[in-house]
Amino acid sequence: MSEKPEKLIDKKGFRLDGRKPDELRPIKIEVGILSNADGSAYIEQGKNKILAAAFGPKEMHPKHLSLPDRMVLRCRYHMAPFSVQERKSPAPSRREVELSKVIRESLEPSVFVEYYPRTGVDIFIEVLQADGGTRCASITAASLALADAGIPMRDLVVACAAGKVENTVVLDLMDTEDKVGSADVPLAFMPNLNAVTLLQMDGILTPEEFEKAVNLAMEGCKKIYTLQKEALKTKYIAIQQEEEVEE
Amino acid sequence: MPTFFEKKQVVTPGELLAEGDYLAGENTYAEDNKIYASRIGLADCDNKKVNVVALRAFYFPKVGDMVIGTVLEVGFNGWTVDIKAPYTALLRASDVLSRPYKPQNDELSQVLNGGDLIVAKIASYDRAHDPQLTVGEPGLGKITRGQIMKVTPTKIPRVIGRKGSMISMIKQEAGCQIILGINGVILVTGKTPEDEELAMMAIQKIEEESHTSGLTDRITQFLKEEKAKREENKK
Repeated sequence: MSEKPEKLIDKKGFRLDGRKPDELRPIKIEVGILSNADGSAYIEQGKNKILAAAFGPKEMHPKHLSLPDRMVLRCRYHMAPFSVQERKSPAPSRREVELSKVIRESLEPSVFVEYYPRTGVDIFIEVLQADGGTRCASITAASLALADAGIPMRDLVVACAAGKVENTVVLDLMDTEDKVGSADVPLAFMPNLNAVTLLQMDGILTPEEFEKAVNLAMEGCKKIYTLQKEALKTKYIAIQQEEEVEE
Repeated sequence: MPTFFEKKQVVTPGELLAEGDYLAGENTYAEDNKIYASRIGLADCDNKKVNVVALRAFYFPKVGDMVIGTVLEVGFNGWTVDIKAPYTALLRASDVLSRPYKPQNDELSQVLNGGDLIVAKIASYDRAHDPQLTVGEPGLGKITRGQIMKVTPTKIPRVIGRKGSMISMIKQEAGCQIILGINGVILVTGKTPEDEELAMMAIQKIEEESHTSGLTDRITQFLKEEKAKREENKK
């Protein structure tokens, strides 16, 4: 395992991987890559590699978990044993169970859950390679998987983290910055409705720093949102062009 | 009161479509006098009503829809049927027998058994109950011959064509009976398996190229060429 670095931000103000404090990692998103799932998405954010798949809506199994007035969302966040430096046991850890819940609750407000009573939708998130900020990247990908499955939604959900590293507020923490740095603020929100669906904080921040971090994370989310929309449209853009010919 | 899209533009869920005096049509929703898309699809405005033609959707039961389903299980007084929807449908024994069902006289598994395919109409459906099917109309009931194929439910209108132009053309050219289930299941019955195969190839082609223009002409051409090829092979 790599040594703890001495400086997370160098004299010129650049971070370990050469980014500026308010810069995102390079992101690549693809939609509809798993043919067996009703909807799917794949995201690469820096060194993170995450697959998300959605199944449904279908009848709930076991049946007693279904609700008479709404659809039930189920979510499983799982890290592959090879996703981290030290082999991770494939059994769901305490952390994964919690993240599954957190991700589900951040996606739920975006779905028209009341349209389909007594049904369920399953979301599976598989982290193939982790490098900090996987919950945020997972939310971004899972939301796309839901849209790809044709489930009616109020808006796509985007997530991004900000944090504090060596007394500077920075955007989109990577693994080392998350572990060595002093605070991490993951935030998920729906840009068109301007509604926050997830806000967590781990570490110590002054009220001013916290506000700065939230605003920075929101800016980051908006940047990812354009990429997210682009990825969803790419699959269908050819259709639009050919439709135009018809006019 | 502007709209924020061009005709047939691809929109994503949450995209603002119109503001002010507009009505929310299919696959859209209204909030604070604004209309947003709720599915990925092609936006369209029809006389103050904003619609999105969904590119990704699933079948959702509606009363009166003709569907093709698979019998899952024989129950005490009816059958459960898979209609490729979020709910399994129910078919009552008295509906099929068209008389009261007497458990001592009637053996349900001899009428319909697990795995059998049926053409049925949705008789009733609401939020609280699973859809109920009926076969009490001409043309409905157990499928005894023909071939089944599945397409995405959103593509069914394309297979029908404008005022049924596409489907009647395929029927004529391939010499087949075709029943379209709104749930995306299609039954093709012809005189020979070759005829059925021809019709299925045409429908497959429609699904793959459903978004392109001049499709009916192209499919006609395709069917004629295929038929000519087969004549050749026979000789």
